[in-house]
Amino acid sequence: MSGNSSISTVRKLDIERLRSDFPILQTQVYGKPLVYLDNAATTQKPASVIKAMDDYYTEYNSNIHRGVHYLSQKATSEYELVRKKVQAFINAEHLHEVIFTRGTTEGINLVANSFGRKFLKAGDSIMISAMEHHSNIVPWQMACEDRGARLQVIPMNNKGELMMDAFEQMLDDTVKLVSVTYISNSLGTVNPLKEIIQAAHQKGIPVLVDAAQAIQHVPIDVQELDADFLAFSGHKMYGPTGIGVLYGKEEWLNQLPPYQGGGDMIKSVSFAKTTYNELPLKFEAGTPSIAEGMGLGAAIDYLEHLGLQSIAETEGQLFSYAVDALQEIDELRFIGEADNRAASISFLVGDTHPFDVGEILDKHGIAVRTGHHCTEPIMHYFGIPGTVRASIAFYNTTEEIDKLIAAVKKAVMLLR
Amino acid sequence: MTINERQDQIIEDFELFDDWMDKYEYIIQLGKELPIIDDKYKTEENLIKGCQSKVWLHAEKQDGKLHFTADSDALITKGLVSMVIQVLSGQKPKDIAEADIYFIDRIGLQSHLSPTRSNGLLSMLKQIKLYAVAYQAQSLQK
Repeated sequence: MSGNSSISTVRKLDIERLRSDFPILQTQVYGKPLVYLDNAATTQKPASVIKAMDDYYTEYNSNIHRGVHYLSQKATSEYELVRKKVQAFINAEHLHEVIFTRGTTEGINLVANSFGRKFLKAGDSIMISAMEHHSNIVPWQMACEDRGARLQVIPMNNKGELMMDAFEQMLDDTVKLVSVTYISNSLGTVNPLKEIIQAAHQKGIPVLVDAAQAIQHVPIDVQELDADFLAFSGHKMYGPTGIGVLYGKEEWLNQLPPYQGGGDMIKSVSFAKTTYNELPLKFEAGTPSIAEGMGLGAAIDYLEHLGLQSIAETEGQLFSYAVDALQEIDELRFIGEADNRAASISFLVGDTHPFDVGEILDKHGIAVRTGHHCTEPIMHYFGIPGTVRASIAFYNTTEEIDKLIAAVKKAVMLLR
Repeated sequence: MTINERQDQIIEDFELFDDWMDKYEYIIQLGKELPIIDDKYKTEENLIKGCQSKVWLHAEKQDGKLHFTADSDALITKGLVSMVIQVLSGQKPKDIAEADIYFIDRIGLQSHLSPTRSNGLLSMLKQIKLYAVAYQAQSLQK
């Protein structure tokens, strides 16, 4: 696992006790205890996150950033406190480098749109990788189409690892920005981000990191990574949906034009001329998801309390356990076998269809994801209709993995 | 048998199963037995692409009735496709166009008809109805 190992001391997490923090994990589906292995799609929420949102609505609901009254001031200061928590969580140099968004998708769209308008012209190119989520493909395709620019794709090998030699060769002076995922949502590949960023920076090219699948699994220090932009979603890190973060270096964010127009992002408006607000509000048009912001703050508190290093350690052990156990199943093959991988395990068994396997697992109370996971190009690359994906969180147990294995075996028996 | 008699027959058959495993085993068996669509009809044109699984559907007119053959890349979908065909194939276009397909819901497989899940089965039903309506219109013109 790459990442910062010096951040905190690793301690053993008491999973049984921690599971009781998540009310939904006590749920039964079809009369069986829920085995939730769809954490890459969204994670479950601890009671403290749910309470933080509830508290906001029951105790100090009001609009932020403008009211003079008590409630508005309280809500504003609580919301802005969350920005500070995010800043500390990712170690951003400046508070105003933390932009609240609706999620990773919006963060990437913001950069693609604003960066595209400012810096992209005909003949330029944007570089992404072969393992990107549609959210890190389509916004760039739109920007490229709009500006007459070209999309370049860093190829991968059949283990699901980026081909770094090819990458460095492709980094010519048409490239205006590189946008890559930290951890692949369908292959589990952990990309060598530092190497990618260093190589791009040597040519003065900025890098956007899609951290949607990393922020909840590994400690992230944006300054140490030297990422120019980094986007993630609250709901994949035990927080609510509808809130996310775009981190951007001040020097870049200051150069970009606003993304959306509206309230909060302006300094003054007249019909002749509008002047825009300063960072971060320049990029935060309209009333934000305030309750969700409070939830995100509580999620960060929760993660900080456990420690990302401890989470990474715990999940790493569970991941190896799951890979070893799955390997024992006849005719099972992994889609994505990178040397460095985490969190998501994609597989197929024999010629069974992933959709069939997923449906039968569901009837065992096991939640996995089937299909292309919004990464159709990866499925084309491997020539498959999709995969079955089990994605873990620290609250999963080896007993749950055992249940998954038993159910996969049953499914395959039925489908043969 | 009418469309509804065939549906009721399937529902009755499914009442025999105590647990879902037996139910799925039966559906999967039906899928395996489905007369495979002639390869020449497994065309892009006959492909109904869902998000999760694909269905190929071919329609033929014979003696004023519509006959269907189909296939799917997923077995459970194929089993359901097989039942839909059992119910609708060989019926009059008018009856097909007006049919209310309730058996999928009644045997507990309604999730396959969820529009957000978009796995091909719902699109196939729509396509079958389209064929029926088009055929009716054609016959009226003659």
